[in-house]
Amino acid sequence: MNTHELLIILGMAAVTFGIRYSFFVLGDRVAFPAWVRRALHYVPVAVLTALIVPMVLLPDGEHWQLTWRNAWLVGAIASGLMAWKRLPLLAAIGGSMAVYFLWRVVAA
Amino acid sequence: MMLGAAPFGMIFGTLAAPSGLSAAGALGMSAIVFAGSSQFIALSLITGKASLVVIMLTTLVVNLRHALYSASLLPHVAGLSQGWRAMLAFWLTDETFAVVLQRYGTEDGAPHKHWYQLGSSLSMYMNWFLWTSTGVVLGQTVPQLQHLGLEFAMAATFTGIVVPLLRTRPMLGAALVAAAVALLCRNLPYKLGLMLATFAGVAAGMTLEGRKEAP
Repeated sequence: MNTHELLIILGMAAVTFGIRYSFFVLGDRVAFPAWVRRALHYVPVAVLTALIVPMVLLPDGEHWQLTWRNAWLVGAIASGLMAWKRLPLLAAIGGSMAVYFLWRVVAA
Repeated sequence: MMLGAAPFGMIFGTLAAPSGLSAAGALGMSAIVFAGSSQFIALSLITGKASLVVIMLTTLVVNLRHALYSASLLPHVAGLSQGWRAMLAFWLTDETFAVVLQRYGTEDGAPHKHWYQLGSSLSMYMNWFLWTSTGVVLGQTVPQLQHLGLEFAMAATFTGIVVPLLRTRPMLGAALVAAAVALLCRNLPYKLGLMLATFAGVAAGMTLEGRKEAP
């Protein structure tokens, strides 16, 4: 483990613990504004979408791959469809990974 | 819930090496950060050579929901010492919150419910660490795994989490705006684009929600 990694881990730990402990220390003296609650509601969707979409559309990080040969794209669509049909998350992950591996063989 | 966390702990451990996080780093993260979703996101940020500040800010935004948990558990820990509170806070996760809220909710007057929370926290903690280790070992003993394209597991997981949430217009709007900004800003240094996209997506969701509520 190098210094950079150590700093990342310590930084993340400090932030996470700070968040979890904040209200236990401050007690009732502070209240969560209603708009923060509303905003938090959208955080998972915004962060995760922002991570996935570039990953899937430009798997190498540089070139657009909007073709049926793109196993990342096909796999992600499969995962999305299965999750949309209310399959359990693990089933969607397992199923779409199978599609992904199969696609890499077929489209290669 | 311990069973539910198992595969994710293992996937995290296995993905660490291909993402450029050492085995010690992966174990350390599970041991002292102990926050599954932000750990996964950190992996993809590390791959993308994000700066420390961006990783910390993203962790802040992603884990901010835990502040809501600690706010709602406050009445139940109000009688405890700061030492106890700090300990319970360190181990406060989505799973523990769900379990203990139920336990605190039953009005049976049992005096030692914080021991219940501690017990639940510790089992989740050991469980997470154990499965991360399993994943790390698996990744090291079967190095071919790295070339299989396991990175896709992350995309599959995130997609599976996001898509079922997109059943309302504000959520869909948040996702579309976040995606567009992420694509436009993908070449910004240190993965700053992720932060911008997140804020833009959240703002879009809130705007659409406000419009829906307006008379």
